[in-house]
Amino acid sequence: MTSKLMGQGVQRVEDQRFLRGQGRYVDDVAVEQDVLHAAVLRSPHAHARVLDIDVSDVLDVEGVHLVYTYEDLTGPMAEPLPLLIPHPALTEGRTQYALAKDEVNYVGEAIAFVVAEDRYIAEDAVSKIRVQYEFLPAVVGVDAARAATDLVHADVPGNIAAKLEQNVGDAVAAIAAAPHKLELELTIERSACTPMEGRGTVARWDRDLNRLQLWTSTQSSTGVRAAVAVKMGLDLGQVDVITPDVGGGFGVKINHPWPEELLVPLAARVLGRTVKFTEDRREHFISSAHERGQVQHIEVGFDDDGRLLGLNVEFWHDHGAYIPYGLIVPIITSTQLLGPYKPQNYRVYFESLYTNTVMVTPYRGAGRPQGCYAMERTMDAIAKYLGKDRAEVRAVNFIQPDEFPFDQGLIFQDGRELEYDSGDYPASLEKIKALVGWDEFPAFKAEMAAEGRRVGIGLACYVEGTGVGPYEGAHVHIETTGKVKVATGLTTQGQGHATVFAQLVADELGVKFEDVEVVTGDTRRMPYAVGTFASRAAVMSGSAIHLAAKRAKEKALKIAGEALEADPADLEIVDGVVSVKGSPGSSIDLGTVSVLSNPLRYAFDEASKAATQFSVGDPGKPPVPEDEEPGLEGRDFYSPERATFASGMHAVIVETDPDTAEITILKYAVVHDCGNLINPMIVEGQIHGGVAQGIGGALYERMAYDESGQLLNASFMDFLMPYVTEVPDGIDIDHLETPSPLNPLGIKGAGEAGVIPSAAVFAAAIEDAEAPYVPGLVITAMPISPSELYALRHSQGLENS
Amino acid sequence: MSEELHDVRLTVNGATHDIRVPARRLLSDALRHDLKLTGTHVGCEHGVCGACTILVDGEPMRACLMFAVSAVDHEITTVEGLADEDGTLSPVQQAFAECHGLQCGFCTPGFLTTITAGLEANPCPTHDEAREMIAGNLCRCTGYQNIVKAVERAAVLRQAQEPA
Repeated sequence: MTSKLMGQGVQRVEDQRFLRGQGRYVDDVAVEQDVLHAAVLRSPHAHARVLDIDVSDVLDVEGVHLVYTYEDLTGPMAEPLPLLIPHPALTEGRTQYALAKDEVNYVGEAIAFVVAEDRYIAEDAVSKIRVQYEFLPAVVGVDAARAATDLVHADVPGNIAAKLEQNVGDAVAAIAAAPHKLELELTIERSACTPMEGRGTVARWDRDLNRLQLWTSTQSSTGVRAAVAVKMGLDLGQVDVITPDVGGGFGVKINHPWPEELLVPLAARVLGRTVKFTEDRREHFISSAHERGQVQHIEVGFDDDGRLLGLNVEFWHDHGAYIPYGLIVPIITSTQLLGPYKPQNYRVYFESLYTNTVMVTPYRGAGRPQGCYAMERTMDAIAKYLGKDRAEVRAVNFIQPDEFPFDQGLIFQDGRELEYDSGDYPASLEKIKALVGWDEFPAFKAEMAAEGRRVGIGLACYVEGTGVGPYEGAHVHIETTGKVKVATGLTTQGQGHATVFAQLVADELGVKFEDVEVVTGDTRRMPYAVGTFASRAAVMSGSAIHLAAKRAKEKALKIAGEALEADPADLEIVDGVVSVKGSPGSSIDLGTVSVLSNPLRYAFDEASKAATQFSVGDPGKPPVPEDEEPGLEGRDFYSPERATFASGMHAVIVETDPDTAEITILKYAVVHDCGNLINPMIVEGQIHGGVAQGIGGALYERMAYDESGQLLNASFMDFLMPYVTEVPDGIDIDHLETPSPLNPLGIKGAGEAGVIPSAAVFAAAIEDAEAPYVPGLVITAMPISPSELYALRHSQGLENS
Repeated sequence: MSEELHDVRLTVNGATHDIRVPARRLLSDALRHDLKLTGTHVGCEHGVCGACTILVDGEPMRACLMFAVSAVDHEITTVEGLADEDGTLSPVQQAFAECHGLQCGFCTPGFLTTITAGLEANPCPTHDEAREMIAGNLCRCTGYQNIVKAVERAAVLRQAQEPA
């Protein structure tokens, strides 16, 4: 008997191949064939004019097949890469060329592209290319960009790509009239997604079929397909993009097309050979994308209870040398900053600034961690000023459960109103307080203090718009074997889509879970799709798959009804068998229904023969009646009016060493509300990973650029990604399930949430730990290392030792 | 100016393979591109992430820090060699499936080999020892919580397999 799989921690089907070493990641594609390998010459300088490129020595290298510089590119390929998401405020959008034209603007920018027998020879060849540069001053960091003494792009005054302001009410006047006011200056540094697998692309030009096959490690196969077709002057129908197994994305692989995603297929077509590019780790640090760097100025006015009366936020967003992904990140910061609160009057203004560093595109959380940091640091400052409990100050500002849908009065990243669909923030707060032991903490702190130990607690709340549109689609095909083949166009990079989507199909169709096979990110199977970002896969494709399965089921019941001479309403499907409810003797397999759905002339197998006992269709009509199609399939799309808003709260207890300032996590607690859960095991896995990534971003990771724009820590040796030793032993998780009214499953996204509150919650906890000993200590810059905490103790107030 | 090539016999998962490679060919590349054993993944190429960890005479080693020519005369085990010949997952593999110890799966082969050797050396690790066992491998997806659980679960499964 099939039991409902929605909500169950079903083991993942994809694990079987991953555990046996049978995953197929992009560098594994075509490994059995005679493949050529590409390497890229990248700029060693952050800002320079390219005067001359001499490739003459390269052509002598045995095993080299092709060298490209900008001069070799023609037509659309010689134009700048697309600005994917334009915005009226983005008046000075600049994107790079596939290969640098005249100027380089960051260390790592692609200058030349070599294809050779293997990667070793390709790299040998790259080292023989001679480039003459004229050095230009490098602009590094927000302060240098704002000062604009030097310009990244000579035609972009002030290094400002965009300025954007949004207002709700009159924040300036409200603050002026408020009984209490505070100002905060905050900074947050760069980090990066750093998936374990970098970028990679394989292309094969099939001369027999006159079409291109492209495998790429992307979060948007349909996006890459369209971009490659345009750049190569091909019809969309000539390009297949297949996303194989992807070794992590976390946002960086949503940007496209990368230079190599264009140059690899170009070379493959010219050479008539399969060509592969696999990014190495140093390349990933200097030539993919980073995020997070912002400077923020906050003014807030509030009453005696800590209730916000007006909030005025200005921030400066470092987007690096180019801005292909538009203003998505700073728009998310500026809107999602509000979290679960009602500011009453809100003004936000940002400038998105060019610097001579790696460009910025969304990284898990996508601007939300910065917004949460701004808002939650403000809440902490208000509580401190008023001498009130930090949780209480938050609670008085919450949107209440009876106020949904709640319109914040802003325009969100998708161009739609920022209207929260559902949530229960007071309930979340009660849960997180219980989970972390908020009310008991003062006693614990006193007990620890008696032992000479410093402990502190922090709390941070967030709301996350998930499942943004415009749409996703799904195709469900019940084969004559009774097996169900499902395709959706967005991609997978570890979220377990093959499992959760199969759960949904098994539930809706009434088939066995193991009979469902899901394919994602293959444009041959589903050419209409958007991509995997913004915690949208479960909401968007999950809903589309549910709808497509429903359609397939309707068709199955209609045909089965004819075969069994029963009303479809009286039928049920259990374990792939359609039967009349209460009369199990009268039944037909879904596989047989599938045979009946396709009036073929030929009988191939036993299933076809078995179908002959049933009679379907109206003998007075054509075998495939008007408005119907052969085959037992369902196809549908899901396109919501707006995003659905997940929420959560994190709390952490830390200990700081009185001597060394070492920071230790004693307890990490998460309350998470992503609506109805499809697979709690997978959701918790997402939270674990997000929390670990957040810990990295709050305590260890940064992009250490020097003033000349060299990234000094471009390796896993120097960029301190957490090992198990840096993450807590256990993360306490409690779920709240407030269904979304916007989709048929009542679900909300879960992928990014774990990383959002980290900077805020650690700053709060560390400050709390230090408060009794260094009363003036305020943490305004994240991440924070022990040496920085040590320096703060001595710069912001004398130790009460 | 073509490179000098060396005849190299590699013994991997009990099978011998004869390849002809330059001295600089990394063992990780030889396994993946010459032997087509793509289960071993390359995450950093500087020995930090552990994704390429294989067993060399039973000891965990970083395949990206070895040359193919230096692997002659050693017994190599890769992730493809962990399951039984009949396809039954090894206790460590089984534990990863049960505990949701993997997400994108890219770092997983290195964890599986590392833990396989770790449990061989220490079949009954304490909780702290289980954490220590994986402390040299990077994972960006899981936050390690379920990998630690998988180490402990694998120890239990292993013991259940021991002949009484």
